[in-house]
Amino acid sequence: MKRAARFIVFYAALFGVWVILAKLKIWPPYLFPTPWGVAEALYVGFQDHTYLIAIWVSMQRVLIGYAISVVLGMILGLGVASNKFLEETMGGLLVSLQSLPSICWWPLALLWFGLNQNAILFVVVMGSLLSVTLAMEDGRKQMPKIFGQAGRNLGAQGFKLFWYVLLPASLPFIVSGLKQGWAFAWRSLITAEMLYLSLGLGQVLMMGRDLNDMSAVIAVMLLIIALGYIIDGVVFKSMERHLQNKWGLAPAN
Amino acid sequence: MSANAHAVPGRYPVPSSPRMPARATKLGPVSLGESSAPAIAPVAKVGLSEICLSYKTQTGERLLALDHINLQVRAGEFLCIVGPSGCGKSTLLHLIAGLHSQTSGQVLIDGKPVDGPGTDRILIFQEHGLFPWLTVAENVEFGMKMKGVPKAERQEKMRHYLRLVHLAKFEKSYIHQLSGGMRQRVAIARALATEPDVLLMDEPFAALDAQTRDLLHDELERIWSETGRTIIFVTHNVREAVRLGDRVVLLTFRPGRVKNEFPVTLPRPRSLEDPEVAMAARDVLDELREEINRSLEAEYQEGTKPHIEPGVEA
Repeated sequence: MKRAARFIVFYAALFGVWVILAKLKIWPPYLFPTPWGVAEALYVGFQDHTYLIAIWVSMQRVLIGYAISVVLGMILGLGVASNKFLEETMGGLLVSLQSLPSICWWPLALLWFGLNQNAILFVVVMGSLLSVTLAMEDGRKQMPKIFGQAGRNLGAQGFKLFWYVLLPASLPFIVSGLKQGWAFAWRSLITAEMLYLSLGLGQVLMMGRDLNDMSAVIAVMLLIIALGYIIDGVVFKSMERHLQNKWGLAPAN
Repeated sequence: MSANAHAVPGRYPVPSSPRMPARATKLGPVSLGESSAPAIAPVAKVGLSEICLSYKTQTGERLLALDHINLQVRAGEFLCIVGPSGCGKSTLLHLIAGLHSQTSGQVLIDGKPVDGPGTDRILIFQEHGLFPWLTVAENVEFGMKMKGVPKAERQEKMRHYLRLVHLAKFEKSYIHQLSGGMRQRVAIARALATEPDVLLMDEPFAALDAQTRDLLHDELERIWSETGRTIIFVTHNVREAVRLGDRVVLLTFRPGRVKNEFPVTLPRPRSLEDPEVAMAARDVLDELREEINRSLEAEYQEGTKPHIEPGVEA
Protein backbone atom coordinates (compact mmCIF):
# COMPACT_ATOMS: atom_id res chain seq x y z
CA MET A 1 0.00 0.00 0.00
CA LYS A 2 2.70 2.44 1.01
CA ARG A 3 4.71 1.42 -2.00
CA ALA A 4 1.81 2.03 -4.34
CA ALA A 5 1.25 5.43 -2.76
CA ARG A 6 4.87 6.46 -3.29
CA PHE A 7 4.65 5.18 -6.82
CA ILE A 8 1.56 7.27 -7.55
CA VAL A 9 2.97 10.39 -5.91
CA PHE A 10 6.20 10.16 -7.90
CA TYR A 11 4.55 9.75 -11.27
CA ALA A 12 1.89 12.36 -10.54
CA ALA A 13 4.66 14.83 -9.65
CA LEU A 14 6.56 13.99 -12.82
CA PHE A 15 3.42 14.47 -14.84
CA GLY A 16 2.70 17.73 -13.03
CA VAL A 17 6.15 19.13 -13.83
CA TRP A 18 5.64 18.20 -17.46
CA VAL A 19 2.24 19.92 -17.60
CA ILE A 20 3.59 23.06 -15.90
CA LEU A 21 6.62 23.28 -18.18
CA ALA A 22 4.42 22.82 -21.23
CA LYS A 23 1.93 25.43 -19.96
CA LEU A 24 4.67 27.97 -19.30
CA LYS A 25 5.57 27.78 -23.00
CA ILE A 26 9.29 28.39 -22.37
CA TRP A 27 9.85 26.39 -25.54
CA PRO A 28 7.55 26.39 -28.57
CA PRO A 29 5.03 23.49 -28.54
CA TYR A 30 6.67 21.73 -31.49
CA LEU A 31 9.83 21.39 -29.42
CA PHE A 32 8.19 20.64 -26.07
CA PRO A 33 4.86 18.89 -26.51
CA THR A 34 2.08 18.67 -23.96
CA PRO A 35 1.05 15.29 -22.49
CA TRP A 36 -2.23 15.37 -24.36
CA GLY A 37 -0.35 16.12 -27.56
CA VAL A 38 1.63 12.90 -26.99
CA ALA A 39 -1.56 11.03 -26.11
CA GLU A 40 -3.12 12.22 -29.32
CA ALA A 41 -0.07 11.15 -31.32
CA LEU A 42 -0.30 7.69 -29.72
CA TYR A 43 -4.00 7.52 -30.54
CA VAL A 44 -3.46 8.54 -34.16
CA GLY A 45 -0.49 6.21 -34.54
CA PHE A 46 -2.47 3.21 -33.34
CA GLN A 47 -5.55 4.32 -35.24
CA ASP A 48 -3.85 4.24 -38.63
CA HIS A 49 -1.96 1.03 -37.69
CA THR A 50 1.45 2.68 -38.10
CA TYR A 51 2.50 1.70 -34.59
CA LEU A 52 1.02 -1.77 -34.71
CA ILE A 53 2.90 -2.55 -37.90
CA ALA A 54 6.06 -1.00 -36.50
CA ILE A 55 5.79 -3.03 -33.29
CA TRP A 56 5.09 -6.21 -35.23
CA VAL A 57 8.10 -5.71 -37.53
CA SER A 58 10.46 -4.71 -34.73
CA MET A 59 9.40 -7.57 -32.47
CA GLN A 60 9.90 -10.05 -35.25
CA ARG A 61 13.39 -8.79 -35.93
CA VAL A 62 14.46 -8.68 -32.33
CA LEU A 63 13.09 -12.13 -31.59
CA ILE A 64 14.85 -13.71 -34.58
CA GLY A 65 18.09 -11.90 -33.78
CA TYR A 66 17.89 -12.72 -30.10
CA ALA A 67 17.13 -16.37 -30.77
CA ILE A 68 20.21 -16.61 -32.99
CA SER A 69 22.32 -14.97 -30.28
CA VAL A 70 21.07 -17.32 -27.59
CA VAL A 71 21.80 -20.45 -29.59
CA LEU A 72 25.18 -19.25 -30.85
CA GLY A 73 26.08 -17.69 -27.51
CA MET A 74 25.38 -20.87 -25.59
CA ILE A 75 27.49 -22.96 -27.92
CA LEU A 76 30.31 -20.42 -27.90
CA GLY A 77 30.15 -19.85 -24.15
CA LEU A 78 30.14 -23.54 -23.40
CA GLY A 79 33.05 -24.05 -25.76
CA VAL A 80 35.06 -21.28 -24.18
CA ALA A 81 34.27 -22.52 -20.67
CA SER A 82 35.20 -26.12 -21.31
CA ASN A 83 38.26 -25.71 -23.52
CA LYS A 84 41.42 -24.23 -22.09
CA PHE A 85 42.78 -23.19 -25.48
CA LEU A 86 39.58 -21.38 -26.44
CA GLU A 87 39.41 -19.77 -23.02
CA GLU A 88 42.91 -18.38 -23.28
CA THR A 89 42.51 -17.14 -26.85
CA MET A 90 38.84 -16.29 -27.38
CA GLY A 91 38.07 -15.35 -23.79
CA GLY A 92 40.04 -12.13 -23.93
CA LEU A 93 38.81 -11.28 -27.39
CA LEU A 94 35.19 -11.62 -26.33
CA VAL A 95 35.64 -9.33 -23.35
CA SER A 96 37.43 -6.70 -25.43
CA LEU A 97 34.78 -6.89 -28.16
CA GLN A 98 32.19 -6.03 -25.57
CA SER A 99 33.50 -2.48 -25.45
CA LEU A 100 32.49 -2.04 -29.08
CA PRO A 101 28.99 -0.56 -29.45
CA SER A 102 27.04 -2.93 -31.63
CA ILE A 103 26.11 -0.20 -34.11
CA CYS A 104 29.79 -0.06 -35.10
CA TRP A 105 29.05 -3.28 -36.98
CA TRP A 106 26.55 -1.40 -39.14
CA PRO A 107 28.94 -0.31 -41.93
CA LEU A 108 30.35 -3.79 -42.10
CA ALA A 109 26.88 -5.31 -42.10
CA LEU A 110 25.86 -3.02 -44.96
CA LEU A 111 28.81 -4.11 -47.07
CA TRP A 112 28.29 -7.78 -46.29
CA PHE A 113 24.53 -8.06 -46.48
CA GLY A 114 23.44 -4.92 -48.33
CA LEU A 115 20.81 -2.55 -47.09
CA ASN A 116 18.23 -5.05 -45.93
CA GLN A 117 16.78 -7.00 -43.04
CA ASN A 118 19.84 -9.25 -42.69
CA ALA A 119 22.07 -6.27 -41.98
CA ILE A 120 19.76 -5.28 -39.12
CA LEU A 121 19.68 -8.84 -37.81
CA PHE A 122 23.46 -8.94 -37.90
CA VAL A 123 23.71 -5.84 -35.75
CA VAL A 124 21.14 -7.23 -33.31
CA VAL A 125 23.04 -10.50 -33.05
CA MET A 126 26.36 -8.72 -32.55
CA GLY A 127 24.73 -6.61 -29.86
CA SER A 128 23.50 -9.47 -27.72
CA LEU A 129 25.72 -12.38 -28.66
CA LEU A 130 28.59 -11.32 -26.41
CA SER A 131 26.44 -10.94 -23.31
CA VAL A 132 24.93 -14.36 -23.83
CA THR A 133 28.31 -15.93 -24.53
CA LEU A 134 29.97 -14.43 -21.49
CA ALA A 135 26.98 -15.30 -19.32
CA MET A 136 27.04 -18.89 -20.52
CA GLU A 137 30.78 -19.14 -19.96
CA ASP A 138 30.40 -17.74 -16.48
CA GLY A 139 27.37 -19.89 -15.73
CA ARG A 140 29.18 -23.03 -16.82
CA LYS A 141 32.05 -22.19 -14.48
CA GLN A 142 29.85 -21.22 -11.55
CA MET A 143 27.70 -24.30 -11.90
CA PRO A 144 28.63 -26.81 -9.20
CA LYS A 145 30.85 -29.52 -10.68
CA ILE A 146 28.85 -32.20 -8.97
CA PHE A 147 26.00 -31.92 -11.50
CA GLY A 148 28.26 -32.72 -14.43
CA GLN A 149 29.84 -35.59 -12.50
CA ALA A 150 26.50 -37.00 -11.43
CA GLY A 151 25.20 -36.69 -14.99
CA ARG A 152 28.16 -38.50 -16.48
CA ASN A 153 27.96 -41.10 -13.76
CA LEU A 154 24.33 -41.78 -14.65
CA GLY A 155 25.23 -42.34 -18.27
CA ALA A 156 24.72 -38.91 -19.86
CA GLN A 157 27.34 -37.88 -22.36
CA GLY A 158 27.83 -35.59 -25.34
CA PHE A 159 24.69 -33.76 -26.37
CA LYS A 160 22.56 -35.53 -23.77
CA LEU A 161 24.88 -34.30 -21.04
CA PHE A 162 24.60 -30.74 -22.36
CA TRP A 163 20.86 -30.79 -22.90
CA TYR A 164 19.69 -32.66 -19.80
CA VAL A 165 22.35 -31.61 -17.30
CA LEU A 166 24.69 -28.75 -18.14
CA LEU A 167 22.08 -26.45 -19.66
CA PRO A 168 19.43 -26.76 -16.95
CA ALA A 169 22.10 -26.72 -14.25
CA SER A 170 23.54 -23.45 -15.48
CA LEU A 171 20.21 -21.69 -16.16
CA PRO A 172 20.00 -19.92 -12.79
CA PHE A 173 23.49 -18.60 -13.37
CA ILE A 174 22.86 -17.37 -16.91
CA VAL A 175 19.38 -15.95 -16.64
CA SER A 176 20.71 -12.49 -15.76
CA GLY A 177 23.06 -12.68 -18.75
CA LEU A 178 20.17 -13.68 -20.99
CA LYS A 179 18.26 -10.69 -19.69
CA GLN A 180 21.17 -8.39 -20.39
CA GLY A 181 21.48 -9.90 -23.86
CA TRP A 182 17.84 -9.11 -24.46
CA ALA A 183 18.34 -5.48 -23.44
CA PHE A 184 21.31 -5.17 -25.80
CA ALA A 185 19.40 -6.80 -28.64
CA TRP A 186 16.50 -4.41 -28.19
CA ARG A 187 18.75 -1.33 -28.12
CA SER A 188 20.78 -2.47 -31.11
CA LEU A 189 17.63 -3.07 -33.09
CA ILE A 190 16.20 0.38 -32.47
CA THR A 191 19.53 2.00 -33.32
CA ALA A 192 19.85 0.05 -36.55
CA GLU A 193 16.28 0.78 -37.51
CA MET A 194 16.89 4.49 -37.04
CA LEU A 195 19.69 4.27 -39.59
CA TYR A 196 17.78 2.19 -42.06
CA LEU A 197 14.36 3.28 -43.27
CA SER A 198 12.16 0.20 -43.37
CA LEU A 199 9.19 0.11 -41.03
CA GLY A 200 10.04 -0.77 -37.45
CA LEU A 201 9.85 1.42 -34.36
CA GLY A 202 13.22 3.04 -35.00
CA GLN A 203 12.06 4.27 -38.34
CA VAL A 204 8.78 5.64 -36.96
CA LEU A 205 10.85 7.48 -34.40
CA MET A 206 12.98 9.08 -37.11
CA MET A 207 9.87 9.91 -39.09
CA GLY A 208 8.65 12.01 -36.18
CA ARG A 209 11.89 13.92 -36.28
CA ASP A 210 11.68 14.44 -40.07
CA LEU A 211 8.17 15.76 -39.74
CA ASN A 212 9.15 17.97 -36.81
CA ASP A 213 6.49 16.15 -34.81
CA MET A 214 7.86 16.10 -31.31
CA SER A 215 4.67 14.56 -29.90
CA ALA A 216 5.12 11.56 -32.18
CA VAL A 217 8.78 11.27 -31.20
CA ILE A 218 7.94 11.14 -27.51
CA ALA A 219 5.06 8.76 -28.19
CA VAL A 220 7.36 6.28 -29.94
CA MET A 221 10.00 6.65 -27.24
CA LEU A 222 7.36 5.71 -24.68
CA LEU A 223 6.41 2.70 -26.80
CA ILE A 224 10.02 1.52 -26.98
CA ILE A 225 10.42 1.84 -23.23
CA ALA A 226 7.13 0.08 -22.59
CA LEU A 227 7.89 -2.88 -24.86
CA GLY A 228 11.37 -3.39 -23.46
CA TYR A 229 10.02 -3.17 -19.95
CA ILE A 230 7.19 -5.59 -20.57
CA ILE A 231 9.49 -8.28 -21.94
CA ASP A 232 11.91 -7.76 -19.08
CA GLY A 233 9.27 -7.58 -16.39
CA VAL A 234 6.99 -10.30 -17.67
CA VAL A 235 9.08 -12.84 -19.57
CA PHE A 236 12.33 -12.73 -17.63
CA LYS A 237 10.75 -12.13 -14.23
CA SER A 238 8.50 -15.15 -14.59
CA MET A 239 11.43 -17.22 -15.80
CA GLU A 240 13.45 -16.17 -12.76
CA ARG A 241 10.57 -16.89 -10.44
CA HIS A 242 10.03 -20.28 -12.00
CA LEU A 243 13.69 -21.19 -11.50
CA GLN A 244 13.66 -19.93 -7.93
CA ASN A 245 10.67 -22.09 -7.12
CA LYS A 246 12.19 -25.19 -8.61
CA TRP A 247 15.60 -24.72 -7.08
CA GLY A 248 14.28 -23.37 -3.81
CA LEU A 249 16.38 -20.21 -4.03
CA ALA A 250 15.34 -17.21 -2.01
CA PRO A 251 13.28 -14.75 -4.05
CA ALA A 252 15.30 -11.83 -5.33
CA ASN A 253 13.24 -9.07 -3.73
CA MET B 1 51.97 -56.26 17.85
CA SER B 2 50.37 -58.66 15.48
CA ALA B 3 47.38 -58.15 13.29
CA ASN B 4 45.53 -60.83 15.16
CA ALA B 5 45.90 -59.11 18.48
CA HIS B 6 44.16 -56.12 16.99
CA ALA B 7 41.68 -57.97 14.94
CA VAL B 8 37.99 -57.74 15.41
CA PRO B 9 36.56 -60.43 17.70
CA GLY B 10 35.33 -63.38 15.70
CA ARG B 11 37.41 -62.31 12.76
CA TYR B 12 36.17 -63.10 9.32
CA PRO B 13 37.52 -66.41 8.08
CA VAL B 14 37.36 -65.38 4.41
CA PRO B 15 36.16 -68.77 3.22
CA SER B 16 34.73 -68.31 -0.23
CA SER B 17 36.44 -65.02 -0.81
CA PRO B 18 38.42 -64.57 -3.99
CA ARG B 19 40.62 -61.89 -2.48
CA MET B 20 43.98 -62.79 -1.10
CA PRO B 21 43.72 -64.02 2.45
CA ALA B 22 47.29 -63.00 3.14
CA ARG B 23 46.44 -59.38 2.62
CA ALA B 24 43.91 -59.37 5.39
CA THR B 25 46.43 -60.35 7.99
CA LYS B 26 49.13 -58.05 6.83
CA LEU B 27 49.96 -55.13 9.03
CA GLY B 28 51.33 -51.81 7.90
CA PRO B 29 51.49 -50.38 4.42
CA VAL B 30 51.29 -52.89 1.65
CA SER B 31 54.72 -53.32 0.18
CA LEU B 32 55.07 -51.46 -3.07
CA GLY B 33 56.71 -54.04 -5.25
CA GLU B 34 54.03 -56.61 -4.70
CA SER B 35 51.97 -57.14 -7.81
CA SER B 36 50.37 -60.46 -7.06
CA ALA B 37 46.91 -58.94 -6.80
CA PRO B 38 45.80 -59.20 -10.44
CA ALA B 39 47.02 -62.77 -10.60
CA ILE B 40 44.33 -64.03 -8.22
CA ALA B 41 42.31 -66.61 -10.10
CA PRO B 42 38.61 -66.05 -9.27
CA VAL B 43 37.73 -62.65 -10.59
CA ALA B 44 36.72 -60.02 -8.06
CA LYS B 45 33.76 -57.74 -8.67
CA VAL B 46 35.95 -54.69 -8.25
CA GLY B 47 39.69 -54.97 -8.47
CA LEU B 48 42.12 -52.17 -7.88
CA SER B 49 45.53 -52.99 -9.14
CA GLU B 50 48.55 -50.83 -8.39
CA ILE B 51 46.53 -47.60 -8.50
CA CYS B 52 48.67 -44.48 -8.29
CA LEU B 53 47.49 -40.94 -8.64
CA SER B 54 49.63 -37.85 -8.63
CA TYR B 55 48.90 -34.36 -9.78
CA LYS B 56 50.35 -30.88 -9.87
CA THR B 57 49.41 -28.52 -7.08
CA GLN B 58 48.89 -24.83 -7.74
CA THR B 59 52.47 -24.15 -6.74
CA GLY B 60 53.65 -26.56 -9.42
CA GLU B 61 54.79 -29.36 -7.12
CA ARG B 62 53.82 -32.91 -7.94
CA LEU B 63 51.81 -34.42 -5.18
CA LEU B 64 51.30 -38.15 -4.78
CA ALA B 65 47.72 -38.68 -3.64
CA LEU B 66 47.33 -42.43 -4.00
CA ASP B 67 50.23 -44.84 -3.83
CA HIS B 68 49.96 -48.37 -5.24
CA ILE B 69 46.51 -49.21 -4.00
CA ASN B 70 45.62 -52.88 -4.35
CA LEU B 71 42.17 -54.05 -3.33
CA GLN B 72 39.83 -56.84 -4.28
CA VAL B 73 36.13 -56.48 -3.55
CA ARG B 74 34.02 -59.58 -4.00
CA ALA B 75 30.50 -59.47 -5.42
CA GLY B 76 27.95 -58.57 -2.79
CA GLU B 77 30.54 -57.39 -0.30
CA PHE B 78 30.02 -54.29 1.81
CA LEU B 79 33.45 -52.72 1.95
CA CYS B 80 34.17 -49.62 4.00
CA ILE B 81 37.18 -47.42 3.44
CA VAL B 82 38.32 -45.19 6.28
CA GLY B 83 41.19 -42.77 6.54
CA PRO B 84 42.06 -39.27 7.70
CA SER B 85 40.94 -36.37 5.55
CA GLY B 86 43.41 -35.95 2.75
CA CYS B 87 44.12 -39.65 2.30
CA GLY B 88 42.47 -39.66 -1.09
CA LYS B 89 39.63 -41.97 -0.18
CA SER B 90 37.04 -39.90 -2.02
CA THR B 91 39.35 -39.62 -4.99
CA LEU B 92 39.62 -43.39 -5.04
CA LEU B 93 35.85 -43.64 -5.44
CA HIS B 94 35.93 -41.14 -8.29
CA LEU B 95 38.54 -43.28 -9.99
CA ILE B 96 36.40 -46.39 -9.63
CA ALA B 97 33.42 -44.42 -10.95
CA GLY B 98 35.56 -43.47 -13.95
CA LEU B 99 35.06 -39.76 -13.36
CA HIS B 100 38.82 -39.23 -13.12
CA SER B 101 41.73 -41.18 -14.45
CA GLN B 102 44.51 -42.58 -12.33
CA THR B 103 48.11 -41.86 -13.18
CA SER B 104 48.95 -45.55 -13.32
CA GLY B 105 47.38 -48.85 -12.40
CA GLN B 106 44.03 -50.30 -13.29
CA VAL B 107 40.48 -50.39 -12.03
CA LEU B 108 38.91 -53.71 -12.97
CA ILE B 109 35.24 -54.59 -12.92
CA ASP B 110 34.71 -58.32 -13.31
CA GLY B 111 38.28 -58.43 -14.50
CA LYS B 112 37.76 -55.86 -17.25
CA PRO B 113 39.57 -52.55 -17.06
CA VAL B 114 37.39 -49.48 -16.56
CA ASP B 115 37.50 -46.74 -19.15
CA GLY B 116 35.33 -43.79 -18.16
CA PRO B 117 32.02 -43.70 -16.33
CA GLY B 118 29.55 -46.53 -16.63
CA THR B 119 26.16 -47.23 -15.14
CA ASP B 120 27.42 -50.47 -13.65
CA ARG B 121 29.04 -48.29 -10.96
CA ILE B 122 27.03 -45.45 -9.49
CA LEU B 123 28.54 -42.92 -7.11
CA ILE B 124 26.51 -41.35 -4.33
CA PHE B 125 27.97 -38.04 -3.27
CA GLN B 126 28.12 -36.51 0.16
CA GLU B 127 26.20 -33.52 -1.15
CA HIS B 128 23.82 -35.98 -2.86
CA GLY B 129 24.26 -34.39 -6.34
CA LEU B 130 20.57 -34.58 -7.11
CA PHE B 131 19.30 -32.34 -9.88
CA PRO B 132 17.32 -29.45 -8.37
CA TRP B 133 15.56 -28.69 -11.66
CA LEU B 134 13.92 -32.12 -11.70
CA THR B 135 11.30 -33.64 -9.44
CA VAL B 136 12.13 -36.60 -7.22
CA ALA B 137 10.58 -38.93 -9.79
CA GLU B 138 12.51 -37.39 -12.68
CA ASN B 139 15.72 -37.63 -10.69
CA VAL B 140 15.21 -41.33 -10.05
CA GLU B 141 14.30 -41.91 -13.70
CA PHE B 142 17.25 -39.93 -15.03
CA GLY B 143 19.72 -42.77 -15.48
CA MET B 144 17.13 -44.96 -17.17
CA LYS B 145 16.12 -42.10 -19.44
CA MET B 146 19.74 -41.72 -20.54
CA LYS B 147 19.79 -45.42 -21.31
CA GLY B 148 16.64 -45.08 -23.39
CA VAL B 149 14.41 -47.22 -21.17
CA PRO B 150 10.75 -46.79 -22.25
CA LYS B 151 8.68 -44.45 -20.15
CA ALA B 152 6.28 -47.00 -18.71
CA GLU B 153 9.10 -49.25 -17.53
CA ARG B 154 10.95 -46.25 -16.16
CA GLN B 155 8.00 -45.15 -14.06
CA GLU B 156 7.38 -48.61 -12.75
CA LYS B 157 10.98 -48.95 -11.59
CA MET B 158 11.02 -45.42 -10.25
CA ARG B 159 8.00 -46.25 -8.06
CA HIS B 160 9.60 -49.50 -6.97
CA TYR B 161 12.81 -47.84 -5.83
CA LEU B 162 11.06 -44.91 -4.21
CA ARG B 163 9.01 -47.40 -2.22
CA LEU B 164 12.24 -49.15 -1.27
CA VAL B 165 13.53 -45.95 0.35
CA HIS B 166 10.07 -45.10 1.75
CA LEU B 167 9.59 -41.99 -0.35
CA ALA B 168 6.70 -43.09 -2.55
CA LYS B 169 4.66 -40.05 -1.56
CA PHE B 170 7.29 -37.56 -2.66
CA GLU B 171 7.41 -38.35 -6.37
CA LYS B 172 6.37 -34.87 -7.39
CA SER B 173 8.43 -32.89 -4.88
CA TYR B 174 11.44 -30.87 -5.80
CA ILE B 175 14.72 -31.60 -4.09
CA HIS B 176 14.82 -28.42 -2.01
CA GLN B 177 11.53 -29.39 -0.40
CA LEU B 178 13.09 -32.49 1.17
CA SER B 179 15.14 -32.86 4.34
CA GLY B 180 18.79 -33.88 4.20
CA GLY B 181 18.02 -37.50 5.03
CA MET B 182 15.27 -37.68 2.43
CA ARG B 183 17.62 -36.27 -0.19
CA GLN B 184 20.16 -38.98 0.51
CA ARG B 185 17.43 -41.59 0.20
CA VAL B 186 16.43 -40.14 -3.17
CA ALA B 187 20.09 -40.30 -4.18
CA ILE B 188 20.18 -43.97 -3.16
CA ALA B 189 16.99 -44.65 -5.11
CA ARG B 190 18.37 -42.82 -8.13
CA ALA B 191 21.55 -44.86 -7.99
CA LEU B 192 19.71 -48.18 -7.54
CA ALA B 193 17.29 -47.39 -10.35
CA THR B 194 20.04 -47.68 -12.93
CA GLU B 195 20.61 -51.15 -11.48
CA PRO B 196 24.34 -50.89 -10.98
CA ASP B 197 26.38 -53.84 -9.76
CA VAL B 198 28.44 -51.58 -7.56
CA LEU B 199 27.30 -48.71 -5.36
CA LEU B 200 30.03 -46.23 -4.50
CA MET B 201 29.16 -44.09 -1.52
CA ASP B 202 31.26 -41.05 -0.69
CA GLU B 203 30.58 -40.12 2.94
CA PRO B 204 26.88 -40.04 2.11
CA PHE B 205 25.69 -39.54 5.67
CA ALA B 206 28.38 -37.20 6.95
CA ALA B 207 26.22 -34.09 6.74
CA LEU B 208 23.22 -35.62 8.50
CA ASP B 209 22.17 -35.47 12.12
CA ALA B 210 22.79 -38.54 14.26
CA GLN B 211 19.20 -39.82 14.37
CA THR B 212 18.73 -39.56 10.63
CA ARG B 213 22.06 -41.25 10.08
CA ASP B 214 21.12 -44.17 12.32
CA LEU B 215 17.91 -44.66 10.38
CA LEU B 216 19.73 -44.52 7.07
CA HIS B 217 22.26 -47.07 8.30
CA ASP B 218 19.40 -49.47 8.98
CA GLU B 219 17.82 -48.70 5.65
CA LEU B 220 21.04 -49.08 3.71
CA GLU B 221 21.77 -52.40 5.41
CA ARG B 222 18.30 -53.64 4.52
CA ILE B 223 18.55 -52.44 0.91
CA TRP B 224 21.97 -54.00 0.59
CA SER B 225 20.74 -57.37 1.83
CA GLU B 226 17.61 -57.16 -0.35
CA THR B 227 19.37 -56.15 -3.56
CA GLY B 228 22.67 -57.95 -3.11
CA ARG B 229 24.68 -55.08 -4.53
CA THR B 230 28.36 -54.61 -3.94
CA ILE B 231 28.93 -51.49 -1.89
CA ILE B 232 32.12 -49.51 -1.42
CA PHE B 233 31.47 -47.00 1.30
CA VAL B 234 33.93 -44.24 2.16
CA THR B 235 33.76 -42.54 5.53
CA HIS B 236 35.97 -40.91 8.12
CA ASN B 237 33.77 -42.32 10.85
CA VAL B 238 35.25 -45.62 12.03
CA ARG B 239 32.21 -46.69 13.98
CA GLU B 240 30.03 -46.15 10.95
CA ALA B 241 32.45 -48.28 8.93
CA VAL B 242 32.39 -51.12 11.45
CA ARG B 243 28.63 -50.91 11.84
CA LEU B 244 28.08 -51.25 8.10
CA GLY B 245 30.99 -53.12 6.56
CA ASP B 246 31.95 -56.73 5.99
CA ARG B 247 35.47 -55.42 5.92
CA VAL B 248 37.10 -52.13 6.80
CA VAL B 249 40.10 -50.90 4.86
CA LEU B 250 42.28 -48.27 6.47
CA LEU B 251 44.16 -45.85 4.26
CA THR B 252 47.22 -43.89 5.34
CA PHE B 253 47.51 -40.14 5.24
CA ARG B 254 48.95 -38.68 2.04
CA PRO B 255 49.98 -40.49 -0.01
CA GLY B 256 47.06 -42.85 0.48
CA ARG B 257 48.16 -46.46 0.88
CA VAL B 258 46.33 -49.46 2.25
CA LYS B 259 47.57 -49.54 5.82
CA ASN B 260 45.49 -52.42 7.09
CA GLU B 261 42.31 -54.38 6.56
CA PHE B 262 39.88 -55.41 9.28
CA PRO B 263 37.26 -58.05 8.53
CA VAL B 264 34.09 -57.51 10.55
CA THR B 265 32.10 -60.64 11.30
CA LEU B 266 29.72 -59.27 13.90
CA PRO B 267 26.18 -60.53 13.33
CA ARG B 268 23.76 -58.28 11.49
CA PRO B 269 21.71 -56.23 11.95
CA ARG B 270 24.16 -54.17 13.95
CA SER B 271 23.78 -50.87 15.68
CA LEU B 272 26.21 -48.04 16.27
CA GLU B 273 25.60 -48.46 19.99
CA ASP B 274 26.51 -52.15 20.12
CA PRO B 275 29.45 -52.61 22.50
CA GLU B 276 30.93 -55.09 20.02
CA VAL B 277 30.84 -52.44 17.31
CA ALA B 278 32.52 -50.00 19.67
CA MET B 279 35.17 -52.56 20.56
CA ALA B 280 35.91 -53.40 16.98
CA ALA B 281 35.98 -49.73 16.10
CA ARG B 282 38.57 -49.12 18.79
CA ASP B 283 40.99 -51.47 17.07
CA VAL B 284 40.65 -49.60 13.81
CA LEU B 285 40.71 -46.26 15.54
CA ASP B 286 44.01 -47.01 17.27
CA GLU B 287 45.67 -47.33 13.93
CA LEU B 288 43.75 -44.52 12.34
CA ARG B 289 44.86 -42.17 15.10
CA GLU B 290 48.48 -42.35 13.97
CA GLU B 291 47.39 -41.23 10.53
CA ILE B 292 45.21 -38.48 11.88
CA ASN B 293 48.15 -37.19 13.89
CA ARG B 294 50.28 -37.21 10.77
CA SER B 295 47.61 -35.32 8.87
CA LEU B 296 47.29 -32.75 11.64
CA GLU B 297 51.05 -32.28 11.78
CA ALA B 298 51.15 -31.73 8.06
CA GLU B 299 48.29 -29.31 8.34
CA TYR B 300 50.03 -27.23 10.98
CA GLN B 301 53.27 -27.20 9.07
CA GLU B 302 51.78 -26.17 5.78
CA GLY B 303 49.46 -23.61 7.26
CA THR B 304 47.12 -24.28 4.42
CA LYS B 305 46.20 -27.76 3.47
CA PRO B 306 46.25 -28.54 -0.24
CA HIS B 307 43.01 -30.14 -1.24
CA ILE B 308 43.04 -33.65 -2.48
CA GLU B 309 39.35 -33.61 -3.14
CA PRO B 310 38.56 -34.72 -6.66
CA GLY B 311 37.53 -32.01 -9.01
CA VAL B 312 39.92 -29.40 -7.69
CA GLU B 313 42.60 -30.44 -10.09
CA ALA B 314 42.16 -29.04 -13.57
